[in-house]
Amino acid sequence: MEFRRQTLDNGLEVIAEISPKAYSTALGFFVNAGSRDETDEISGVSHFLEHMVFKGTPTRSAEDVNRELDEIGSQSNAFTSEEHTVYYARVLPENQSRATDLLSDIMRPSLRDEDFDMEKQVIIEEIAKYEDQPPFGAFEKCMAAHFGDHPLGRSVLGTAETVGALTSQQMRAYFEQRYSPGNIVLVASGNVDFDQLVADAERNCGSWTPFKVSREQARAAEHSGLSVIQKETAAQEYVVQIANGPAADDEDRYPARLMATIIGDDTGSRLFWELIDTGRAEFASISPYEFQGTGIFMTYLACMPEDTAECLEQIRRVFEESQRNGLTEDELLRAKSKICSDLVRHNESPARRLFSVGNNWLQRTAYKTVRETVDSYERVTLDEVNAALAKYPLTVSTIVAVGPSSDIAT
Amino acid sequence: MANQVFSQQFENGLTLLAEPMDWLESAAFTLLIPAGADRDPKQFAGLSNFVCEMAQRGCGSRSSRQFIEDLELLGVDSSGSVSNAFTSYGGSMPAEKLRDALTIYADVARRPHLNDDQFEDAQQVCIQEVRSHDDDLAHKVMTELRRRRYADPYSRVSYGNIEAIERITLTDVQDHFRTFHQPQGAILSVAGKIDWKSLRDHVAELFADWTGTNAPIEETPAQSETYAHIQHESSQTHLGVTYASVPYSNDDYFQSHGAVGVLSGGMSSRLFTEVREKRGLCYSVYASCETVRDRGAVVSYAGTTTERAQETLDVLVEELLRLREGVREEELQRLKARIKSQLIMAQESSNARSSQIAWDWYHLNRVRTLDELSSIIDALTCQSINQYLVDHPPRDFRVVTLGAAKLEIPRGIS
Repeated sequence: MEFRRQTLDNGLEVIAEISPKAYSTALGFFVNAGSRDETDEISGVSHFLEHMVFKGTPTRSAEDVNRELDEIGSQSNAFTSEEHTVYYARVLPENQSRATDLLSDIMRPSLRDEDFDMEKQVIIEEIAKYEDQPPFGAFEKCMAAHFGDHPLGRSVLGTAETVGALTSQQMRAYFEQRYSPGNIVLVASGNVDFDQLVADAERNCGSWTPFKVSREQARAAEHSGLSVIQKETAAQEYVVQIANGPAADDEDRYPARLMATIIGDDTGSRLFWELIDTGRAEFASISPYEFQGTGIFMTYLACMPEDTAECLEQIRRVFEESQRNGLTEDELLRAKSKICSDLVRHNESPARRLFSVGNNWLQRTAYKTVRETVDSYERVTLDEVNAALAKYPLTVSTIVAVGPSSDIAT
Repeated sequence: MANQVFSQQFENGLTLLAEPMDWLESAAFTLLIPAGADRDPKQFAGLSNFVCEMAQRGCGSRSSRQFIEDLELLGVDSSGSVSNAFTSYGGSMPAEKLRDALTIYADVARRPHLNDDQFEDAQQVCIQEVRSHDDDLAHKVMTELRRRRYADPYSRVSYGNIEAIERITLTDVQDHFRTFHQPQGAILSVAGKIDWKSLRDHVAELFADWTGTNAPIEETPAQSETYAHIQHESSQTHLGVTYASVPYSNDDYFQSHGAVGVLSGGMSSRLFTEVREKRGLCYSVYASCETVRDRGAVVSYAGTTTERAQETLDVLVEELLRLREGVREEELQRLKARIKSQLIMAQESSNARSSQIAWDWYHLNRVRTLDELSSIIDALTCQSINQYLVDHPPRDFRVVTLGAAKLEIPRGIS
């Protein structure tokens, strides 16, 4: 396993974790652009742009792009989050160059009006699809309530109204604010020919013009409160709780993640034994999300509507008891074993490593081997885990419930 | 792609399969016991699932809690579930932990406690599982579609229904376990960094003295109406369409698989191009080959807002019917590139190989090597696929929709 990096003259960074024995090569462009970089007026533009990137360039139509991605037998896709937009492909090593050429080319899209109007319909269908799916927007609504005016409160998809009102000029302007080569990293993992990768990047991306990019990184203010949104056609009640957590560059993110695993992993955790093993709830777990400058713990509950108040009360008791008496050495040992075994198994897949390596670089401009990450978890002491719980109390949270209930008595 | 698969058939009917993947650090196993939803008595829909839930709540010398905690300490990512044909357990872990994990799962398969003190909680978990599907509209459509495609019990969902689950007693669970959790027709497959001989000896110690035999299944024909609509005030209308096809074990399976691969699966496939890219009618659309026991079908799905649902159904069906005109050379070449990549990349996952070799054994009574699959794909031609499509044109359609308005069934399939 070898790590290499090189920066082109225009600021585009190329990084790779190379495992010569891997059967595949994964590569992707990681862009520092997401919903937190939008304004209310252009809400949803990052994600819409992600779709438009596949719609062609001056030398390729949308059909050409799709056809060529298939011709090289790639498994390719893209996703947008609050902070990042990622375009990636997994190919056989012999197709590395063609995949690099193709992905590089689409990173300078034409954004043609007729494609823009057609794809807008697809995005509106995507929004409608999520409206029909649990948790029926509870996550976005809770992010909005928790973050208030902070840009992380903005939904990634936007709404049918904001997307419907977007113009291709607004998208072009956004592209020209965010897609500077210095704000993009070309990441590769697996069986990578690094010299070839840099040469291909130089040839395809060397002419991209750099410009200045910035991002607001204020820490979010703490919020708390409960709101209930009634959806009569739903069968179950879906409740999202958001509490503050460590930011991407906070050192206590390792103890904090172990804490979340002990209290809220989807199996074997305190919430599991209290709510899932007993069949009181359909689902209850905690997931940490780290952003630049701030972070959250999201607790997700799905249960029968009539049980919601009781389940929320049980969750509150688990949190309070954990905060009051702390967690145990046995629990810490099992949490470490779970997380570290998972990391080692993921190491066998270049596609999974691509996201870890790319995310780590975007968040912290740092590279860690799987072994180093495992060591970071292994070193954590129980005192540090309990300190993280004291610093980020799960009991202080913003709660949004969506489901048949019109009210939840707590 | 010189993979080797070892097999051992024990006298009690259990088959052990193993594929060494020395370049990995992990190992994965899949244990299939022929106790699927197809074995549930009609009045106890969901009983196999209930037994599976109970079996993981204490077994051998371990309590429910010790079972989960020991798996966590070993770093096993484990699963237990019921499909139509099987109760299946699986795990993926650092290779050196495989031996201990299999020892635990021999207890799950053979010596679960099935105690009264876990019964009520397990029942609640099973009820939650039924409830969890109530809000999954795409799943509802596809479930109803399968009821119209396959005879009972092959169209069943494993989780049953709440009335049946509330009817089940502890004695039902214990009796069902005794009758169906037995080795005849069971398959244990392992892939990853393993040593065949020591694995075989260990599995013999764990399972060779397991006894019992299986019982036959009775069929009831599927409902025959072409179209059903489920009224629901949702944002999208969810469309399911199926036509009859051949199963995985059929000699022509890869001809059908090739034709459907032209329809769906890639970025340039016909459904994605015609329904989404050219017309912007939906976000999700797909078609895939499906095998249930000895029968097969092609199933297709699209989700779209109500006012565009009729056009979406029309275009979707038009594309399914257009398959009769055959596939083109450049479509086939792209499909081959995609499948070949997938075959090579499968070697990066012990989990994927473990499931695949068990699936092969179940349907074929042998395992296809990656080289053999590669030769089958190389041998596909437009002529062979198109001849297959002439002999087996898409026919015998069923359509199910869920949404705010009923649709008109396009001509040519009603």
